Amino acid sequence: MYQYNEIDQTLVNERVAQFRRQTEKYLQGELADEQFRALRLRNGLYIQTHAPMLRVAIPYGLLSSAQVRKLAHIARTYDKNYCHFTTRQNVQYNWPKLEQVPDILAELATVQMHAIQTSGNCMRNTTSDHFAGIAVDELEDPRPYCEIIRQWTTLHPEFDYLPRKFKIAVSGALHDRAATQFHDIGVHLVKNDAGETGFKILVGGGLGRTPIIGQVIRPYLEKKHLLSYLEAILRIYNLFGRRDNKYKARIKILVKETGMKKFTDMVEAEWQQIKDGMELGDGRIAAIKGHFTLPDYAADAADDLSFGQYLQDNPAFATWYKQNTVSHKIPGYRAVVLSLKAPEVAPGDTTDAQLDAVADLADQFSFGEVRVTHRQNLVFADVKQANLFGLWQQLVTLNLATPNIGTVTDMICCPGLDFCSLANASSIGIAKEINEALDDMDYLHDIGDVKINMSGCMNGCAHQSVGHIGILGVDKKGAEWYQLTLGGSSENEAAIGERLGPAVAKNEVTQAITTILDVYIKQRLEEESFLDMVKRVGIDPFKEQVYANH
Amino acid sequence: MQIIKDQQIIDDNWQSLADDDELATGDISVSLNRWQQEKPKLLAHDGRLGIRINPADTVTDFADDLDKIALVELDFPDFADGRLFTHAWLLRSRYGYQGEIRATGNYMPDQVFYLSRVGVNAFKPAKTGHLPVELGYLNDFTVNYQASAVN
Ligand code: SF4
Repeated sequence: MYQYNEIDQTLVNERVAQFRRQTEKYLQGELADEQFRALRLRNGLYIQTHAPMLRVAIPYGLLSSAQVRKLAHIARTYDKNYCHFTTRQNVQYNWPKLEQVPDILAELATVQMHAIQTSGNCMRNTTSDHFAGIAVDELEDPRPYCEIIRQWTTLHPEFDYLPRKFKIAVSGALHDRAATQFHDIGVHLVKNDAGETGFKILVGGGLGRTPIIGQVIRPYLEKKHLLSYLEAILRIYNLFGRRDNKYKARIKILVKETGMKKFTDMVEAEWQQIKDGMELGDGRIAAIKGHFTLPDYAADAADDLSFGQYLQDNPAFATWYKQNTVSHKIPGYRAVVLSLKAPEVAPGDTTDAQLDAVADLADQFSFGEVRVTHRQNLVFADVKQANLFGLWQQLVTLNLATPNIGTVTDMICCPGLDFCSLANASSIGIAKEINEALDDMDYLHDIGDVKINMSGCMNGCAHQSVGHIGILGVDKKGAEWYQLTLGGSSENEAAIGERLGPAVAKNEVTQAITTILDVYIKQRLEEESFLDMVKRVGIDPFKEQVYANH
Repeated sequence: MQIIKDQQIIDDNWQSLADDDELATGDISVSLNRWQQEKPKLLAHDGRLGIRINPADTVTDFADDLDKIALVELDFPDFADGRLFTHAWLLRSRYGYQGEIRATGNYMPDQVFYLSRVGVNAFKPAKTGHLPVELGYLNDFTVNYQASAVN
């Protein structure tokens, strides 16, 4: 993975010093609330219902074991022994003390981490495919380009006070696991007719209040032009994005109100003026690629036979293998998903003890690296099949082996009313209730791929509008109600979920979910997935049953 | 009145005129609107001329006049309005403007480093007491990932 050089390290150290000064000035009453707010947000610090919340960047979801240990140490020393992985591959602490945040940032800097631009109206952490570099369907590893974008976005002097937040995602595979169609800019590695690899650029996608699918602004961009093209888009957005209404300030609204044709013309005209001065040299791309070389895979990894025997003898292991491991482009290796969705735990939460153990297991089994997924789980990307059984046994004792990846209980869920000051309704409690109602693993596996996404308010941090089933907390005269949607997807066939009907009361949500799943079981065709069935029959059959007793 | 210019605290004699102020003697800056309305009269003025812009102004509207102007003031109504950062960048990098670009109004001392990187070379703090503070903040970072705005 990418290793900081002296410049990278100096930059994060100087950022820590700057934020320490800002925090001290604020605590001494020398910095106005409004100014400190803008500054702290750009260092990942929100002030929430109970305490500040600190969001730490995990660039494109990649962590070393040393970094994982540091996250554990911070959870133990500065927080209540746990932290929360987010849908944008970052990590959040819910209980830091304001005056200690500069110390936390200084600790992070010692392991090449930071919280720069993880909130505020600026360019955010660049996200990517959690199977980057190992996916069978990959054209090229997207991570070097993510790193190039990470550096360009970090402390960009012109674009730190944008109309609104700005998110970029990069994918290098055929299957889009990075939700690139729902980002302000989506970058896809593609081949042109001449067989050269470059980028397809999408713009104007986004979730939140007004979910919109991104549109292609450039079908093919040569690699050397990556940064100039991004800069052209950002400059047009910075100049013309709306600043009068924060709900209309995202680039998706600018694209919509300007019209795609005209917006494209503006970007292209700007790009023509800067492209020659901002080319990425082959040498620079090669140098960054040099940080993402393949690990030392064993040539004989596929020869192991013990593994097949374990699969036969141990049904629990076999179930986990089928559900929580993924094929790898190197024979004899698998990627393993560590489920952070055990029934009794808030989705995405881990403890310091779990993190320490994860770091040790990563060193032992996966070249010392860990990844964070958009669905709030962790991944060991490079596990030898001979080691799967041993790893599984240890993950079971750590409560990280619930075989529910890709099932209904692999929910994504925002902090909701429990931790977020903007929430209308709780989400963690509902997730637990659904989990308890759906504790039969055979039933879950029979249902198969159903993605539930649940957000506590319209901001949609858990991307409910692209959940196969979306749950959105709304406020009705001070009570918690939930709006359900069906048929959303953030993957290749991107779609925004359709509203099922009126919101349901808190004590009816779980019943509604189980009813929806029952309708699917009864009416599906052979081999038909939930999403395919919703596409085929529409929402009416579900609606009839869910609202049957109303 | 003192300001920061080119990394130093210096005395400043520019007068920033409102649209209905009489033309004063000496170096004066006016709004872009007034510049466009009264250009011939202003050009006859004895003293250097400056244009004061706000975020909603468009740099291309006066790009042809840059050789007649010794100062562009970026007048921040709100520190969160980042358009002025792009205006500064355009003036320096696209139009090769060599004169003074000065931040005034409601920008934050903590923004001077970024402002200096997009081509702003002078700062007029809201409080004179901030002069040494802002001078120091110009050195918040010694490294960068992006090129600075250049002539
Ligand atoms: S969706 Fe709303 S409630 Fe949930 S974390 Fe985001 S802002 Fe908070």
